[in-house]
Parts: sequence; structure tokens; C-alpha cells
Amino acid sequence: MRNQQATKLLFEMSRSGRRAHHLPPLPAEGETAASLLPADQLADAPPPLPELAEGDVVRHFVNLSTLNMSVDTHFYPLGSCTMKYNPKRNERMASLPGLVDVHPLQSDRSVPGVLQMLYELQQMIGEIAGLPGVSLQPAAGAHGELTALLVAAAYYRDRGEDQRRYVLTADSAHGTNPASAQMAGFSTRTVKSNAQGLVDLDDLKSKLDDKTAVFMLTNPNTLGLFDSQIKEITDLVHEAGALIYLDGANMNAILGITRPGDFGADLMHFNPHKTFSGPHGGGGPGAGPICVRDFLADYLPGPVVEKVGEEFRTVDPAKTIGRVRSFFGNVGVLARAYIYIRTYGKEGLRRVSEDAVLGANYLLSKVRHILDVPHGDRCMHEFVASAKKLKKEKHLSAMDLAKRLLDFGFHAPTVYFPLVVEEAVMVEPTETESKETLDAFAEALFRITEESGDVVEHAPHSTNISRPDDVIAARKPILRWTEKDK
Amino acid sequence: MNGYLFHTESDRREMLRAIGAESVQEIIDGQVPPAVQMKRPLELPPAADEMTLESELRRLAASNASVSSHVCFMGGGAYDHFIPAVVDEIASRGEYYTSYTPYQAEVSQGNLQVMFEYETLVSQITGLDVSNASLYDGGSAATEAVLMALASVKKRHKVITSDAVHPEYREILEAYLQNIDAELVVVPASESGTSEGILDAIDEQTACVLIQHPNFFGRLEQVRKIADAAHQAGALVIQSFDPISVGLLKRPGDLGVDIAVAEGQCLGNPLQYGGPYLGIMACRQDLMRRMPGRIAGQTTDRRGNRCWVLTLQTREQHIRREKATSNICSNQTLLALRATVYLSLLGPQGLKETAEHCVVKTNQARERFAASERFELVHAGPVFKEFLVRDREGDVQALLEHATDHGVLAGVPVGPMEPKWKDCFLVAVTEKRTEADLDRLMKVLESAPADEANRLAETV
Ligand SMILES: Cc1ncc(COP(=O)(O)O)c(C=O)c1O
Repeated sequence: MRNQQATKLLFEMSRSGRRAHHLPPLPAEGETAASLLPADQLADAPPPLPELAEGDVVRHFVNLSTLNMSVDTHFYPLGSCTMKYNPKRNERMASLPGLVDVHPLQSDRSVPGVLQMLYELQQMIGEIAGLPGVSLQPAAGAHGELTALLVAAAYYRDRGEDQRRYVLTADSAHGTNPASAQMAGFSTRTVKSNAQGLVDLDDLKSKLDDKTAVFMLTNPNTLGLFDSQIKEITDLVHEAGALIYLDGANMNAILGITRPGDFGADLMHFNPHKTFSGPHGGGGPGAGPICVRDFLADYLPGPVVEKVGEEFRTVDPAKTIGRVRSFFGNVGVLARAYIYIRTYGKEGLRRVSEDAVLGANYLLSKVRHILDVPHGDRCMHEFVASAKKLKKEKHLSAMDLAKRLLDFGFHAPTVYFPLVVEEAVMVEPTETESKETLDAFAEALFRITEESGDVVEHAPHSTNISRPDDVIAARKPILRWTEKDK
Repeated sequence: MNGYLFHTESDRREMLRAIGAESVQEIIDGQVPPAVQMKRPLELPPAADEMTLESELRRLAASNASVSSHVCFMGGGAYDHFIPAVVDEIASRGEYYTSYTPYQAEVSQGNLQVMFEYETLVSQITGLDVSNASLYDGGSAATEAVLMALASVKKRHKVITSDAVHPEYREILEAYLQNIDAELVVVPASESGTSEGILDAIDEQTACVLIQHPNFFGRLEQVRKIADAAHQAGALVIQSFDPISVGLLKRPGDLGVDIAVAEGQCLGNPLQYGGPYLGIMACRQDLMRRMPGRIAGQTTDRRGNRCWVLTLQTREQHIRREKATSNICSNQTLLALRATVYLSLLGPQGLKETAEHCVVKTNQARERFAASERFELVHAGPVFKEFLVRDREGDVQALLEHATDHGVLAGVPVGPMEPKWKDCFLVAVTEKRTEADLDRLMKVLESAPADEANRLAETV
């Protein structure tokens, strides 16, 4: 039974005079806080926060949590997001006193263990990338993209090539790629995909010139395909004097199999919340460490960790772009990545990718008989099906399919991305799902396509709410609770 | 093998048969040109089982000084506030931390309602209309606010700030503005550590003013005055504030500020050497469509039930690509959840009392430093929860190392961030500190022999 009382808004549960938090009394003698501050700076009253008892707060948030699907509770094949199992040991180890409660501005000498871990992580992801210069600072993948583009801009400025004002992005790229380019001060040009879903080489050639700074490439791409023309692509871009950026969102497909540095990338980011087991935190936090070629390492944001003799030190690279956030980085997320990489070790990581590829191809072999998969009958770690035919024949969209899957107890795949596939259904099973789960998912998908359109169109039927009205939400935004709603 | 894999050998055989492949290698070879495939294993440590790895991590962790092994007076944008047990308990529920961005609202009502509650709480502590669902941290949030202002105020490119704003925040701003058409003016703080100089710098080219209040030195700014002057000139005002301070001080919205940003670490989030933290941002209604980041809003479902969705998405990168208001995708939802739990536990009274503890105890610490032979207060006048101290012996780094060796994280050396303050350090005092902690701080600092300090300095 749903507890409706506890899932009212905090503000509706509030009763004047209730409280959950108590501090020891301040000494009765001596000056009061109000007397120590100028009267004109003081508020008449503290903010009108809700007033609740501790039991209220706990029941509220525990009940709300049960309204979420999550990796711990459901298969979550959200393409491009690598929703793999989030190891519990990572949570415990990253929360050890001495790691979780270290102040960011402590001296290097007082945090040798933290610096050792971060130094080793720099080395490890540099090795996985095949790119030796590493900054752990960016807070998420998109932030890594922006940071790397700032590094590229500084490099060109240094070389007197300021005219390189264009960043090329693929039409199949994630929205963060062009958005990051814009934020870094570049203009963007889009490179088309060909019929196979790979980079259209002619289109790429026509857009490369001495104004090109960077080509942002996702490989394996967002269709789950490794671009077999990779050598031609990187040669073309390098011949034009430009750099290759690799969006590393799909690194889960190629750990220990191939390295961005070996296939021609000059800069890249990792998404440790994806590849190195996250967790995703309901939307974040992530991290977005970047790896670059040696000639770009001097421009990285600081601080980075260096080893001098047996000691670890934080230093700023010689020509650093400065910093892109305060303090060192999302160390809590990086610690989990470190623990994850150490757990699998050198052979294990390759096995992770092999199993991710195996699982995705197995599921593809089943889904192919249910939905169109426009690009290839093999894939890397994910694939993109299309509900186009279903739409034509039964007036059911990718969204309808996604919603009905929720009734079968599965989180939906990513839909409507990448943009190059109509009615896209992007499925990434990850290596931490059993064959039985993949079978059950394919079975559910099949049953849905056989169901009456009416049932699917009005799905989901079993969730706490039915489909929300997005149009009204955007047209007449209600973005906070106000007193009059009480 | 260690790890979390599922497939048995017979699973693998069956799966390969269904695919029609001999091996996974065959699938890979079909796509990844052999020339770029690795010919050797990754050079990484061998796999480690849970028991072994945990004992190694425990050793690493134990080698660090921390706020549990030491008494902490460090601040400078990250603070040792108390975190109630309920915050950790709720945030460790897998339904929260192993889910992702609520793309499917029907199975994400928990996260979406928390986001909506968070946004409401942020409105309540800022006195502003609209909050987003989080940004990366306080520093990048300040820069996002500047970018938002530059996009809102047409044809103006000047950004004015002061060196009483956190030096790292200013560094971020500089890095982001490097390649775009904007001019950054940094006004020096006055003798008393405040930013009145901004008033003279504001002109008709000014797009926005970024101030911090309480500022980097803990001092209080004349926000209302600066906001009025900026508005007069047609510029926007951004305030970086301390969420704890509004338990006592006027809120950004009450002072005429257009965009408020903050580091939300202080709201129930652990220090963990700098992150993940929480970037807070709120603004006036009319700036809403320029806001970066996710926003949850209220709507109804097909049956008329109240519910929550991600909204105003036409601002965002997945729809607008290069025309988006920001590139942010993954944000800091879990930290926003922690802040939501924290603020609902504290309530108005708890927030006020926490702020009072900070002010009173900080003042006690100031009196101790003012009375000491060796130290002097750099700025006169009221502060909120931290203040700048000058060491007359001058060797701050060695002094602070001495204190660390004696169990006290005595403060933040500001020299590395701002050379002109090389003989100074910031001391922060939260509600957690006691009379005995203060005794210990002074005893340890005053016992640091100047000559030992110098000797130490040479070896560090
Ligand atoms: C292909 C791709 N690139 C970039 C990103 C951005 O990463 P983050 O969300 O960590 O900023 C994502 C995340 O969804 C992605 O799927």
C-alpha cells in the first residue's frame, strides 16, 4: 500500500513548532550573534523552511525513494548511460574516515594517501586511454569536453593559430558536444553520417580546413558502432592541422581492446560514473577526467598530482588554462573509479568490455526480429533500434514502447537519441545483466508489439502516476511550492 | 576472477550461437581494425579481492589527516559543519543513488519530487523565484551565472568582480572567459576587506557584477548599495552567498540580487577533498529561460494527479545543441538530495541556531587572536564564520604544518592563491567547534617556535 501522507510535499507536512535538529546551548553570558552583526544586515526572520520531526523526514524520503526505478531494483538499459551494477564495496571504501572527511585545502604533506590514490588513478586511466597527460578536475563528461576544448584553444593560441575557430561535431553526437564547443568560444560545423551510420568521409573532407580546431568524435559512436575508417578519419584531421577529441562516453566497449591514443585521438574524457561503475546518483554526481597527448599536457587545468621520489605533490602544469571548478575535483567519484579499476585489474577490464559486447550482440540478435535495427546486425556495447515501422503500422511511437516497458518492470531504453535514427530506441544492456534478464526483456518487447495499440498508447498502467502533461509544465511553469498552494 | 560478471561458460556458448559468432573476438574483429587493437594487456595492477583491497584502502585512508583525526578550523569555501545521521541514511538508499536523470517521469517521481522540493528550499533560502536542480559546485555556478548575465544583457561585455571573491572562483571565471568576447575587471578590496571599489567601476558597458557576501575574508558587503548602483547602470547583480548565513543575514533576493549562487557543500555534504559538491543557483522569474541545468516542475498526469517532470528543456543541450544555455548534462542530484534532507531536518530554527553558533564562536576565536602577541587580525569589523589572520613571524606554511603535526587543521594559507596575502591564513569556526577546541588551537599556534617554523619550511 502506498503511504500517501508521507509523500505529500515537505511544505504541506510542516507544522509550526516541530523540529528535528538541536545544538548545545551557547553560553548564556557573552554577546549574542545578533549583537555581533550590523542591524541592517540582519533578516527579520530565518527563511520559511518547513518544520518537521525527524520521523517525518525519514518516512517521507524513504517512501519517495520507492517511487524510483534504479539499477539496484530494475534492469535499466538506458543507452549511452552505461547503467551497470554499482558495487557496494565502492560505497563503503570511498566513505572511510580519512577519505570522506579530508578538507580540500589541506597541505600535500597531510594527505599522502589521498594523493597516492589520485596519482595512481591518473596513471591507470592514462594507460587505459593511451594518452599520458591526465587531469582529474572536470566534474562530468560535458565539463571534460569543455575543459579539453579550452586546452585545445590555449594550444592554438600558443602556436599563433588563433584562426582555428571551428569545432566539427558529428550529427550523431550527443548534444553536449556542440554545446561545449560553443561555451569554449568556438563555432560549430556538423559532419554527416553515411548510410552505415559512420562518419561520411567526403563530408568531413569538405569541412576540414585551416580554420578547423578540433573534430569531436564518439567512437564507438552513439549507434554502438566502432568506426572502421578510424585511421582515415584521424589522418585527414591531423593533415589539416586539427586535433581529434574523443567523447569517451562509450569506453565500456573497448577497455583493453583498443585505446583512443592508439587510434589517433589527441584529447578525450572518461565518464567514470558510466564506465567505472558510477553510481549515477539520480542525475549525478559524475566526474569527467580528461587525458591528452604529451604536447598538450602543459595546458591542463591544475592541480595535478606528481610523484617526486616517494612523495606526492599537487602542482599546476606550466602553461595551465587555470581551473574549471573549485578544489581538486569530484574525488568521491574518482575514489569509486579507482576501487573499481583495482577490483578488475589488468585482465578483468578487458573481460568487462567483452561481456558488454557479448550481451549487447545477444540482445541485438533477438531484438532484430522484433524491431528494425537500421545500422548493422552486429554492434559493440549498445545498439539503436527504430520504432518507425511500428509507428506507420500501429501508430505506436518509440515513446509508447518505452512507457509500456515500464509496466513489464523494465526501465526504458534511451529514446529519440541519436537524432540520426527515426523513432530511435537505444539499448545498452551492460555486462552486469544475466542472459535470463536479457531474454525476459526481449520477450517483453515482443509481447508489446503484439499487444493492442490502445493498451500501449495509454501505458504505463501500473506505475504510481500515468503520463504527465509536459506541455502544460513548460507553458505554465510551476517550479516551486508556494504558500497559497497549501 | 574478481568483479561483477554474470555469464557462465555455457551462457557464453549459447549467446554466441544465437549471435552466430565463434567468439567475442570475432565480433570485435568485424569492427575494430586489427591495426589499432591492443597487442598486450593493459599495464595495470592485478585484480584485487574485496578483503585485500579494503585493508589497503584503510591503510591509505589512515595516512591522511582529516576532520575526524584533527580539529578543523579550515574553510575557504568548504566547511566542517555537522552532518546528521539521517542525511547519510537517506542518501545511501540504492533507489536514489543508483538511478539516473528522471527521463521516465512515471518511474522517477521520487527523484523528481525531491528536485521540486530542493528547488523550493533554494527559493526559500535565496528569496528568489526560480532555482535549477543543481550545478557542479559553487565556483562553476558563479561562472555559469556570469555567462547567463552576459547572454541576458545584450551588447555589454564587461564583468566586474572584486578580489574579496574566492580566488579559485575568479580563476574559473578567467578560464571560461578566455576565448569569448568579455572583459573581466577585478577591483581590489579596501583596507577593511570589502568591495566598495566596485561602485566606482560600474559603467554603461557593465553587463554584470559578481560579489561574494559574506566574502572570502568572512566580511559583510554592502550588497544592497552595489545592487542599486548596478541596476541604475543597467547591469545585473550576482551574489555568491553562504547558505548557512541566511539563518541570520538577509537573503540575496531581499538585497536586490538578480542571480544567487552558492557552494552547497555546507548543507550536509562531506568534505572529501573537494568534491563532489553542490552548485546552487537561483534567479528572478524573468531570467528563468536563460537558466542553465535541469529544472523539475509540477504538472498533472492523464488521470489528473499532481506529479513532477523535467521541464523547460528547450534551454538544454539535448534539444538545443550549440544554442543551449549551458552544456551541463549530469549534475549533482545526489548532493541536492542531501541538502534537501539537511534543510528539512534543520528547519528555520535549526538554520538560525547553526548560523548563531558560527557567528558567536568565530567572534570568540577572533578575540583570542586579537589578544595574542604573535598574530593580528587583518580586517576590523564584523565577520560571519571566518576571518583573516596575519602571522607576524611570517612563515604561515610552516606554522600550519606545525599545527597539523599537533592535531589541529588551523586554517587555510591564502598565499598560494593570492601572493599579497602570503603571511596570512583564514580561520573558519563552525557550530562543531567547542571552547576546548579554541584553547587547543591557540595553544598549538602559539607554541610554534619561529625558528622551528623556518627550519621546517626548508625541508617541506
Ligand atoms: C555520448 C555522450 N557524450 C557526453 C555525455 C555527457 O556526459 P555527462 O553527463 O557526464 O556530462 C553523455 C552523457 O549522457 C553521452 O552519452
